[in-house]
Amino acid sequence: MVVEQIVPEEIVYQRPRSLVECATHYCPGCTHGVAHRIIAEVIDEMGLREHTIGVASVGCSVFAYNYFDFDWVQAPHGRAPAMATGVKRVLPDRMVITYQGDGDMASIGMTEVVHAAARGENITVFFINNANYGMTGGQMAPTTLPGQKTTSSPHGRDVELAGYPIRASELLATLEGAAYVVRRSLHDPKNIRLAKKAVRTALEVQRQGLGFSMVEMLSICPTNWGMSPNQALQWLAEKMIPYYPVGDYRVSPSVAQLKV
Amino acid sequence: MPVQGRVVISELYCKGCELCVGACPQEVLRLSTERITSKGYHPAELAGEGCTGCGICAVVCPEAAITVYRQVIRRSTAAVGA
Repeated sequence: MVVEQIVPEEIVYQRPRSLVECATHYCPGCTHGVAHRIIAEVIDEMGLREHTIGVASVGCSVFAYNYFDFDWVQAPHGRAPAMATGVKRVLPDRMVITYQGDGDMASIGMTEVVHAAARGENITVFFINNANYGMTGGQMAPTTLPGQKTTSSPHGRDVELAGYPIRASELLATLEGAAYVVRRSLHDPKNIRLAKKAVRTALEVQRQGLGFSMVEMLSICPTNWGMSPNQALQWLAEKMIPYYPVGDYRVSPSVAQLKV
Repeated sequence: MPVQGRVVISELYCKGCELCVGACPQEVLRLSTERITSKGYHPAELAGEGCTGCGICAVVCPEAAITVYRQVIRRSTAAVGA
């Protein structure tokens, strides 16, 4: 041990400055934490902590304003992109991000995000897709996979009755106003690093005023899926990624020239 | 000789989810069976030699609980490997 102390060490990784020093309320293993962390890391790296305003959604991520060390406002359920539009238009020099789950953005808030993208609002949406309503107890969401068992679809999602899941990235990618729409996954180190790069690109798109950007992140919900966190990662890779392929769905020509 | 590193896991944040245990390529992380955090979880800890300071545990950690240190390879191997 004495030898170790005299050997010079460098810090390879430490908690980002943009995260408040408090424990989160998320369940053990929830990848909301990973999404928080990579967003905080990117904001630190870009030096934007003093210039960012977040818009929190309703759902498990409602307490995002307690965990990030910059300014936040709390939007009514699903209305984060509308509120972000207002914030950005009043304070165009600030970076405005929304952090929304699938119940918030793909269900009650689908109108707001579609129209914000169609208008090409210069905001960034982080969309966390975990295939159920996490906070209320794991009910079926618009993103629940066909056949997936939830507390409100105990025999599996019946597509005859409940319809098919919404692929939000593909949907928004058809809109002219959207500049950068991608889907990433948070199930292994490689994909987490790719997700971080996408977060960086999305914020760069906003900084340069190129239009609407969204990063969808596939996430796990071990508590409501009834699995251990490591099993849930496996389930995400095996079941969710075939239905929600990871990829770039819209990269406008001006964004393609960005060097990040 | 591989680079040596170490990790410090904050008991304030760690919830014992085991994601770092599953991701560690050197398999030197485990959950402590003896310690318990104020939230009631068994925190992850470094068990034994072999940490290279690669930082993969920190990449997968949902709580940003892990600080990773790594040796700087500027010294002669004799001094480092002592």
